[in-house]
Amino acid sequence: MNYRYWLRLATRLWSSEYAHMLEYRAEVILWALSGVLPLIMLGVWSAATDGQGAGLEMNQPQLARYFLSAFVVRQFTVVWVVWQFEQDCLDGRLSPYLLQPLHPLWRYLASHLAEQATRLPFVILLVSVFFGFQPQAFLMPQPGRLLLAVLAIGLGFAIHFLLQSLVASLCFWTERASALERLLSIPLLFVSGLVAPLDAFPPGARQLALHTPFPWIIGFPAQLLSGAEVDIGAGFAAVAVWIALLLPLLLLTWRLGVRRYSAMGA
Amino acid sequence: MAIVSARGLSKSYWVADKQPGFAGTMRHFLRRRSKELAAVRQVSFSIEPGEVVGFLGPNGAGKTTTLKMLTGLIHPTAGSLQVAGHLPSRRQRAFLESITLVMGQKQQLIWDLPPLDSLRVNAAIYGIDDYEARRRIAELAEMLELEDELTRPVRKLSLGQRMKAELLAALLHRPQLLFLDEPTLGLDVNAQARVRAFLADYNRRTGATVLLTSHYMADITALCDRVLLIHEGRLFYDGRLELLSERLAPWRQVRVELASPQPAAAFANFGEIESLEGSELRLLIPRQQLTASVSRLLAEHQVVDLEVSDPPIEELIGRLFRQGSLEEPGP
Repeated sequence: MNYRYWLRLATRLWSSEYAHMLEYRAEVILWALSGVLPLIMLGVWSAATDGQGAGLEMNQPQLARYFLSAFVVRQFTVVWVVWQFEQDCLDGRLSPYLLQPLHPLWRYLASHLAEQATRLPFVILLVSVFFGFQPQAFLMPQPGRLLLAVLAIGLGFAIHFLLQSLVASLCFWTERASALERLLSIPLLFVSGLVAPLDAFPPGARQLALHTPFPWIIGFPAQLLSGAEVDIGAGFAAVAVWIALLLPLLLLTWRLGVRRYSAMGA
Repeated sequence: MAIVSARGLSKSYWVADKQPGFAGTMRHFLRRRSKELAAVRQVSFSIEPGEVVGFLGPNGAGKTTTLKMLTGLIHPTAGSLQVAGHLPSRRQRAFLESITLVMGQKQQLIWDLPPLDSLRVNAAIYGIDDYEARRRIAELAEMLELEDELTRPVRKLSLGQRMKAELLAALLHRPQLLFLDEPTLGLDVNAQARVRAFLADYNRRTGATVLLTSHYMADITALCDRVLLIHEGRLFYDGRLELLSERLAPWRQVRVELASPQPAAAFANFGEIESLEGSELRLLIPRQQLTASVSRLLAEHQVVDLEVSDPPIEELIGRLFRQGSLEEPGP
């Protein structure tokens, strides 16, 4: 298969999924609204630090930029593949997908990318409103930094997608993989940088968190986007290590899982 | 050379074994028990290219499990299998491009979009260029009488239209081997007839091999010269349909609505009385006596309505197995 085949396939998959998402645009906006936790945490931290950001080694505009960035990153790293896959597995829709010469995960990936495109105008609107209320937080990142931030968001999404797909593939064994997803959602909430910048963690907890994949999903891209000081090389190296670990593990789990597939519901 | 060759094919599942009630629930929670269920046992058959073969059997006989093994969806527990020159469970691209499986109402079409959107994706997946895809879609849509429905959201289509759209999607890549699991399930009589006519036409035009399961005897009689009969996972019959039909249904079911209730004795010499409730009579009449018996019935009694049908295949097979008329295959 040459690159033209894959380009045409990617375009077709994405455009059909985008059309599908547009049918549910109101729902997508509601989902996007449900991701305002970082903005709530900004309010909490602003009140707790008396509007000075004291104790976080940040001033108020930096604090605002970080949580706004975390909000943006969160919008583009949301993954729901485990629920979609579980549903497809239980109601038999996975079977026709498995009978096509295309790995079903490509469909889910296209679906996520289409959903991100649907969210994009809404996110731009919300960020504009935010800067209207907090003009002192406004910062236009340097083009190079912005590009790196976009790349880090994409890779953060890749880590989250691989992690959740790995859990989803346990459906071949457990049938209820979404219950196992709780094992991911709790650390994602507390150690990814959603509720507090990692720099605010006690040193021991911070070191521990940095050895998990979660800070690379939210915290690292958010730091890059907000213009905060960050070790870019080490960050991307950690991201590369996690992807290199998760991808083969996912492919292996999938291969073993498909052998156990009983095509229930089909 | 056979396009499908199955030798000693078996499939077993481990299924949870739970007793009902609170005590059963607690026992099941504390100590899970499961038991092995043999869905398919030592099934052997082969199919030549271009054949249309009916796969018959009551619910839970192992038909769908066998189809899933033939398509590579599930792995056999034992036995050997070659389909279109491939080992299905390896699910190689060339194999997947040569087969299709249509499973009743299990849809591959995107529910909220028109079928054309899903067809465009399928064309890209199978590497069919736009010109060729348009040509094939037009040809199949004409055969299926589906031209106007391709731009309407799938959720707005009737069951029959949806089934035909599913068939179109399943055949876009021109598979040489079609596995159809209950392709007319839930359709009205007209839609069933159109799907049957389409399948017969498709087989004639393309020479594709078809293996289909159905609960409707009419599907089997319209399409298949040969049938495989499976029961409790074992293959009981592999041969020509006419021979099986004679053994399975040497009689037809006749439902009669009489103008007024009559005693059963009045119908004793028309055939076997299956039921008589008020003015509703059901008779089983031998095929060769059908015309004469129905003529006499109409002449001698006041009949409001009359319907002649084949009894459901499941009932026929069940009756036959209860009578023990079919012998198990030899070693």
